Amino acid sequence: MNTFGKLIMGSAIATLAMASTALADTTLNALFMSQAAYSEDDIKSMTAKFEAANPGVTVDLEFVPYEALHDKIVAAAGAGDDGYDVVLFDVIWPAEFATRGFLTDVSDRIPADYTDQVFDGAWTTVEYGGKRYGMPWILDTKYLFYNAEMLEEAGISEPPKTWGELVAQAKQIKDKGIVEYPLVWSWSQSEAMICDFTTLTAANNGAFFEEGQPAFTVGGAKDAVTFMKASLDDGLTNPSSREYFEEDVRRVFSNGEAAFALNWTYMNALANDPAESKVAGKVKVAPAPGVAGKTAASSVNGSMGLGIPANSPHADEAWAYISFLTQKDIQEDYAKLSLPIWKASYDSPKVAEGQEDLIAAAKQSIAVMYPRPLVPSYTEVSDILQKNIHQVLLDQVGVEEGLQAAADRVKRIR
Amino acid sequence: MHGRRQTREKWTLLAPAMLVLALITLIPLANTLWLSFTDTRISALPVPVNFIGLENYIYALTDPDFQAALYRTLYFTIVSVGLEGILGVAVAVLLNQEFKGRLVLRALIILPWAVPTIVNAVAWRLIYHPDYGALNSLLFQLGLISDYRSWIGDPATAMNMVILADVWKNFPLVAYVALAALQTVPGDLTKAAAVEGAGPWKRFVSITLPWIAGPLMVVMVLRTIEAFRVFDIVYVMTGGGPADSTKTASFYVYQEYFNYLRSGSGASYAVLVAGISAVLILVYYSASRRQAQGAVA
Repeated sequence: MNTFGKLIMGSAIATLAMASTALADTTLNALFMSQAAYSEDDIKSMTAKFEAANPGVTVDLEFVPYEALHDKIVAAAGAGDDGYDVVLFDVIWPAEFATRGFLTDVSDRIPADYTDQVFDGAWTTVEYGGKRYGMPWILDTKYLFYNAEMLEEAGISEPPKTWGELVAQAKQIKDKGIVEYPLVWSWSQSEAMICDFTTLTAANNGAFFEEGQPAFTVGGAKDAVTFMKASLDDGLTNPSSREYFEEDVRRVFSNGEAAFALNWTYMNALANDPAESKVAGKVKVAPAPGVAGKTAASSVNGSMGLGIPANSPHADEAWAYISFLTQKDIQEDYAKLSLPIWKASYDSPKVAEGQEDLIAAAKQSIAVMYPRPLVPSYTEVSDILQKNIHQVLLDQVGVEEGLQAAADRVKRIR
Repeated sequence: MHGRRQTREKWTLLAPAMLVLALITLIPLANTLWLSFTDTRISALPVPVNFIGLENYIYALTDPDFQAALYRTLYFTIVSVGLEGILGVAVAVLLNQEFKGRLVLRALIILPWAVPTIVNAVAWRLIYHPDYGALNSLLFQLGLISDYRSWIGDPATAMNMVILADVWKNFPLVAYVALAALQTVPGDLTKAAAVEGAGPWKRFVSITLPWIAGPLMVVMVLRTIEAFRVFDIVYVMTGGGPADSTKTASFYVYQEYFNYLRSGSGASYAVLVAGISAVLILVYYSASRRQAQGAVA
């Protein structure tokens, strides 16, 4: 269509829209992330369906890397009417956002019967101080992905149930020369590393804080860091893991350069997609292992929710959009990259089709999702742990020394 | 009478510029200074703001991590600006020679500087990639390394790798300023020196360099200020890692403000970074004044 044609069409549509809607014409500004979970295409497609069902409401989508999400939400809090109307937020932020009044309390908007229909782990994502600051949307945790062909080649019939078994299997695979580094992780100095650390801490029955004081210098958390360091020293973990994010993990694993990887749900579909992966069809998924005598499986709560910033002038329309995206039908339609928050969805054939092992793993993992510290100063606690654990992994300090330094620094938080 | 009218005219003419300067520089500066003495936090709820004197400054300066970051920033500034100076002048001298294709080369050399910092940072991150990076591939094919290695994931090399990326981007600016200055060096001066038996190096050091020192100083001061408050290139390339080995002073401003939401404390870090760059500039100026006086004597 030429420019003139577009103009005519555009004004015709605009006139039609104005004539046919009683609803106020509203443009919602929505902030999402451009990695893991739902893809940009998925979100655009869901949004188009919402717009079609709600004439007069249009949604402007903005996608940023996960690393920029927190700061964008904070910076927009001072933007008055020009801020966001809908934001995606991580499970680790509600404490901070609620105490500072960045998000609208939507407890009264959520139907009472939802409480039982949605997983508890998902609700954790949006709750603080007994109130709900949004609707959970992405119910995610890290799973253990393995290359079934490599395991078979090494004479292994079952994926590991414990981290000890995983190490033994990795050694076997390395010794047979199947792959140089059987394990790959996202251990860059980032939140991604803390998610792996949390999974291992959960497996070892560890704790981050006890009665408000750092408790990660002993017990399960210390065991977790010791395990991470040992896997590097033994040559089982790819040393470049120390600069990898989740996407690097996916790439290395999809290239057939690792036998095991810990990653979010979205990797299941992509690592099994021939256009994205050299090992498509060989990738299987299981719950992250447990520790003998302590746990049967381990899991980190990596869920995310959708909320309405306190300065949004369109709270009603924003809530309509959030309700649309989080409803069961929509979530089941897009269940390849992110699994629904609804318990009933996990027994739906539509959701399970083609990803039966993921659904089986999810049923086990979701039940044991372990939260990262739920404190208002979480961002700072995490930064401190990232730096000090990274120093341990880079051989600059010992495990005890590194964790003690982190604990001392945490006590200095104002 | 005449002098007074001239003074009034001067101020009238300067007034609009001064007003703009006050609005966009002085008021925010004063505001930042005030913030830095308070415990202000970013919040959508009304929170009391207390004057807490020097507490923010004491907190910042007694933090060993921040002290380390200051030394790191100083290292970054000295090495990258130093290299940019040497490389810039060397390239300018080359481009000042008569040769075929000089114009094309002069135009090409500005390209790195025209690339946005973020794009430059992403490009270099790819070059340094441990598995697919061009640097590993190059060194491996030349036989200089036997195994692919990590460049920005290794605390021993990360900072220098970021510096290399920064130098590549910024040396053209120095080169251009130096080239412009070089074109004003009178040819008969150097010819005379050559007749007197001065070699090329001697001619460069005693004639060319002093002649271009003024403009060079200006661009070096600019680069120093920019380098000391470096943030974007590091943020994109390493995010301050590995293990904080590339975390510069500006990270603390950003982190305190946007990550930890302590705007008062963040302001104190900003004032400290600005204060230290002011000291660096003063050092430059006094050096250049001494040099100018030396030239006269």
